[in-house]
Amino acid sequence: MNDLPQQLANGLLLGALYGLIAIGYTMVYGIVQLINFAHGEIFMIGGFGALTAFLWLPEGTSLALALPLMILFAVVCSVLVGVGAERFAYRPLRGGPRLAPLITAIGLSIALQQAIWAWYPDATKSRTFPEFTGPRLDFGAFSIERGDLFLLIAAPVCMIALGLFVSKTRSGRAMQATSQDPDTAKLMGINTDRIIVMAFAIGAAFAAIAAIAHGLRYGEVNFKMGFIAGLKAFTAAVLGGIGNIYGAMIGGVVLGLAESMATAYIENVPGFASFGGGAWKDVWAFVLLILVLLLRPQGLLGERVADRA
Amino acid sequence: MRHRSLLILTTGVTVGALTLSACGSRDEGDKSGGDETTTVTIGLDAPLTGDLSALGLGIKNSADLAVKTANKNKEVKGVKFELTSLDDVAQASQGQTNATKLVGNKEVMGVVGPLNSDVGQSMQKVFADANLVQVSPANTNPALTQGEKWQDDQKARPFKTYFRTSTTDAIQGPYAAHYMFKEKKLKKVFVIDDKKTYGAGLAGTFAEEFKKLGGKVVGTEHINPEDKDFSAVATKVKAANADFVYAGMEYPAGAPLAAQIKKAGAKIPTVGGDALFSPEYVKLAKANAAGDIASSVGAPLETLDTAKKFMSGYKAEGYKEGYDAYGGYAYDSTWAIIQAVKAVVEKNDGKLPEGDDARKQITEAMQDIKFSGVTGEVGFDEFGDTTNKQLSLYEVKKKDGKLQHVPVKSGEFEGGQ
Repeated sequence: MNDLPQQLANGLLLGALYGLIAIGYTMVYGIVQLINFAHGEIFMIGGFGALTAFLWLPEGTSLALALPLMILFAVVCSVLVGVGAERFAYRPLRGGPRLAPLITAIGLSIALQQAIWAWYPDATKSRTFPEFTGPRLDFGAFSIERGDLFLLIAAPVCMIALGLFVSKTRSGRAMQATSQDPDTAKLMGINTDRIIVMAFAIGAAFAAIAAIAHGLRYGEVNFKMGFIAGLKAFTAAVLGGIGNIYGAMIGGVVLGLAESMATAYIENVPGFASFGGGAWKDVWAFVLLILVLLLRPQGLLGERVADRA
Repeated sequence: MRHRSLLILTTGVTVGALTLSACGSRDEGDKSGGDETTTVTIGLDAPLTGDLSALGLGIKNSADLAVKTANKNKEVKGVKFELTSLDDVAQASQGQTNATKLVGNKEVMGVVGPLNSDVGQSMQKVFADANLVQVSPANTNPALTQGEKWQDDQKARPFKTYFRTSTTDAIQGPYAAHYMFKEKKLKKVFVIDDKKTYGAGLAGTFAEEFKKLGGKVVGTEHINPEDKDFSAVATKVKAANADFVYAGMEYPAGAPLAAQIKKAGAKIPTVGGDALFSPEYVKLAKANAAGDIASSVGAPLETLDTAKKFMSGYKAEGYKEGYDAYGGYAYDSTWAIIQAVKAVVEKNDGKLPEGDDARKQITEAMQDIKFSGVTGEVGFDEFGDTTNKQLSLYEVKKKDGKLQHVPVKSGEFEGGQ
């Protein structure tokens, strides 16, 4: 068990990544009750945006210097795609049958994957992503990669900023109002279309930050990376209570921890020797999800799901 | 308005489909009338896109080179070869669809491919039912030629249409085990596989031989090949105090896994099979690839005289992608089909037999094909396996200023049994 702190750190980092992506699912769902399955691809496009920015800079530029530009470019790419998806794929279907936008989301997800696959240079296979070099940062009981610092700083900063935005600003309160009752919000003079666009944009920006963290952590981006990451992030959003932004982060962290704990320790439980390890981690993560949903159908921090879902 | 645009769309799609199918159907009249040349199509199936496309495109280009060479030298009189390539995206279901498609094309007389063992498995029966010969340059799972019970000395060839020019994991895994145990003197291994036909099979044969030699397996893990986060597994490897890792998987998962193990603080080499033997592996794992070892079938092409012509020819054609790990085998596989066609044509007074008989006779002829190929002497035993049992090991080292796979050992595997 002496590697427990390290495994907790692994799980926490992975979970923070899931959480950042999950914000996008949860915000969009909270406001328009749409599960935006193309969100994983918006995440992926952020990664390619950052890579493009890095390649565009002269060779030899230090990664630390390039990072702000990469963030900017990734966010711009993701937000453009996210907002574009809202405008052209989802808005025309708003008010239609509930399944139509869902299927559109799945179709859009495939289309975006194929677009990158076909048109981004050399993207039919994994593209390498720049990494911070240098020894790991040692904290005694555990250590982390230098690149993970980005994730470790970005995730809480983004969360706090979003929390402040939603609770303190006019737009944030308008967002809450729209999420609670869009019709009444409209009567109160809130431009709900604008709020919806904002939700998509914020979700996409967070996904772009997550994509950079993902690239720095694993050293590569590829056109398929949004699928698994998106699925996990969606799970995290449900686990934490879909519609709740803090729930998304908590759900992500719980899911990440569950995966690393399952990989490391399940096999030590008597009788479970053959159900442990990396092969079973997803199974255990979903067992956890089901247990949570059985006991708290609204998710860990979920609010009333009640009427409209 | 809506109806009209729908109508236009439907019309457009229909016209498009018709045009395409018109392109696809060949005008048979021209050829039979002329009486000089028959066209024989060689099918090719490999992952041409996706993570494994580096290997797949090397296979495709090399097969293309073989076809071009045969046409240029008029290898078979009165026969012109063509290559038709299909992409299986490394998925068994797509491979089977492609196999059906190739069987349906009456001009196809042999198929080169695929890359992945599980894809090969899905194609075998389709080809066997149509008597169409298949030569894989890269499938290494023993069960494909020797049946599911190959480990219990009950070898039985499941499909007589299936041949391969690569050797099997039954000797590839043990070969690496001997090298690591006897020459590197590393006694503790952590075995990880990706649960696929190839990866799990390879890891199994390695671990078994390693234990037989007296080595110790200090841990086993299984990963999902689509995952990128292996930090939890890497931490386990470090805690297990292994001397090295054996990774039965392909490079898209193997490279990040090896890198993350080293990043986690376990400075130990990752050893794997031929699916890690790709420049892409070094590219993805970057500096962390140093010291990792991959086994591959055959001798290093650079050292074989027979391979020099292949390499210069490949260069002359100016293919965009490298021939990679299986290029030489793909060339030899294609050449074997060409030779089988030649044998049948010669037996039948300069003509291919009519209809399904041609495929049947070519399959039968394949069994006795022998020639000096790119990778050495090419020939097949009673299971359809290659008689060339050469294997090599490559270590990632700095050479000519950059990290790459450098051959460290080459030979035939006999020992162990």
